Amino acid sequence: MGAIVYGHFTDEPDLLKAVKELQNKGIRIADVRTPFPVHGLDKALKYRRSHLPKVAFIAGVAGAVLMFYFQYWVFTEGWPLNFGGKPYFSVLSFIPGTFEITILFAAFAMGIAFLVRSNLGPGSIPDILDENVTDDHFQIILSEKENRLSETELSEALSATGALDVKHVNGEK
Amino acid sequence: MHVSPVREPLINGEKSYKDITNDVMAPIRAKPGKLWFVGLGISMLVMLVGFAMIGYTVWFGIGTWGVNRTIGWGWGITNFVWWVGIGHAGTFISAILLLFRQKWRTSINRAAEAMTIFAVMCAGLFPLIHMGRLPLGFFILPYPNTRELWVNFNSPLLWDVFAITAYLLVSLLFWYMGLIPDLGTIRDRMKTLWKKKVYNFLSFGWKGSARHWQRHESMSLILAGLAAPLVLSVHTIVSFDFATSVIPGWHTTIFPPYFVSGAVFSGFAMVLTLMIVTRKVLNLQEYITVGHVESMNKVIIATGSIVGIAYITELFMAWYSGVEYERYAFLNRAMGPYAWAYWIMMTCNVISPQLLWFKKLRRNLTFTFVLSIFINIGMWFERFVIVVTSLHRDYLPSSWSMYKPTWVEVAIYLGTFGLFFTLFFLFIRVFPVIALAEVKSVLRSSARKFIGKPVKNQPSEKQ
Repeated sequence: MGAIVYGHFTDEPDLLKAVKELQNKGIRIADVRTPFPVHGLDKALKYRRSHLPKVAFIAGVAGAVLMFYFQYWVFTEGWPLNFGGKPYFSVLSFIPGTFEITILFAAFAMGIAFLVRSNLGPGSIPDILDENVTDDHFQIILSEKENRLSETELSEALSATGALDVKHVNGEK
Repeated sequence: MHVSPVREPLINGEKSYKDITNDVMAPIRAKPGKLWFVGLGISMLVMLVGFAMIGYTVWFGIGTWGVNRTIGWGWGITNFVWWVGIGHAGTFISAILLLFRQKWRTSINRAAEAMTIFAVMCAGLFPLIHMGRLPLGFFILPYPNTRELWVNFNSPLLWDVFAITAYLLVSLLFWYMGLIPDLGTIRDRMKTLWKKKVYNFLSFGWKGSARHWQRHESMSLILAGLAAPLVLSVHTIVSFDFATSVIPGWHTTIFPPYFVSGAVFSGFAMVLTLMIVTRKVLNLQEYITVGHVESMNKVIIATGSIVGIAYITELFMAWYSGVEYERYAFLNRAMGPYAWAYWIMMTCNVISPQLLWFKKLRRNLTFTFVLSIFINIGMWFERFVIVVTSLHRDYLPSSWSMYKPTWVEVAIYLGTFGLFFTLFFLFIRVFPVIALAEVKSVLRSSARKFIGKPVKNQPSEKQ
């Protein structure tokens, strides 16, 4: 497989500037790793908006329908019991339960979707190139595979943006 | 760089990103001190005594408690409502303040959320014990069973089951999702292989990828949006336990907002009690500043005043409604045999928070600490007043009675403190007390002096 070239910056504005510069040269960026969410980075990298809110919405609606129907079924068909003369189909008293299950479903579906989509989870082994990205390094990773340039050209381009410690891995990675 | 003429810096001192990592990780790296072992030991001992007393209750029956046929809900439900209330501050800080884009939440949200989870765990114990047969606690869940019966979805007590369970699970999810990046940070700073492996497992293999951050941000925002109405619903439903009954003093429509503001009020008091000590012990004064304490005190005035107005509204409505039972219930609260509890509640919850209108007092740590304990006591007595004084004299004077807890109930209550502090002591040793990534993200805008870059590497001069 192709080689990987990476270098790091020590602050957000430098990183954002470098991302722009590389993109202007037509170089595709494989990944950027940062210690915290950098404001505007997803726009700079032209990532599309995440679908997670939609997942939450759909799961929430599913939870609401399921829970409401379940309560309706229990009280009118499953085993209709007379609770102090209250109507069997008492919509108002089904609302609290429905609300809680809506939130529970939406939250957990989104959480699970996030982990699955990002390939994260217990036991997942990350391909960490520099342990400082979780501390104070803002790292840009370029892949030879995604670009027409050679490995050396890529590292030169990356160095030109002011990246520090530009290294490459001729990896099977 | 911090330039705002109005707001004070959220992070004092000159910090780089690396300093934040090191400062927050110090208690995880260091060998635990004697103080920590003593604290953990005492907490665990108290917890075990509490658990033993739960066993004692289950073995010998609820007759070991002071409750009787008139006052069926004693300390158990008082403690339940109190602990649930304590939990509310954590979600308020992490969810509602996130939606309002309050940056000061970043230094305290992690610890406050942990506190939420521990408090809800303590709270959940009480209804379980109160039902008497602990091993049959799962009867409250709707599952297909041989009795072919379902649970009663008309009952607020069942709504509580759903509310508390959903609240505990969603809080846990929200808290853990926030922890993932910080656990990754810890993993990469650990030297020993097994520690690296454990933290990698816990961090779900976090690597700080921009795509992950984008999803993480989007998820956190929606989770906050979900958790905000959830937290309001939880104490609303807890208040339904009382409000949907026909007991004078309980049957009021003001209960939901009154309970929710009371919950946030007591929760913030507990956060202050804990954080004022924690910031000192763990050396985090530069992150949890006097400004943070002041902001929390402002929330306390707001919610405390709502609680005060609710008390007065209750009194007014008791008189104005013209219902003699309602009138008597409130006269009996203020002047009956439990008047001492009522006046402790009034002093601690209505009068004491009003002192925080003075800026000097808001910014005084000793004063805030003492006040926060007063509020904790006051809010406990609020629940005691609502539960016990409303029940002890109801419609039928022949069944009027008095209630006094036995040592078993007292020990169980103290035991939950043991559980709470045991978990808290373990938490501060294993997980970062401050949300690392979130504090780093506000460093540029809110530090006293921004030195994001380490001094020796001055890059990108040539551009």
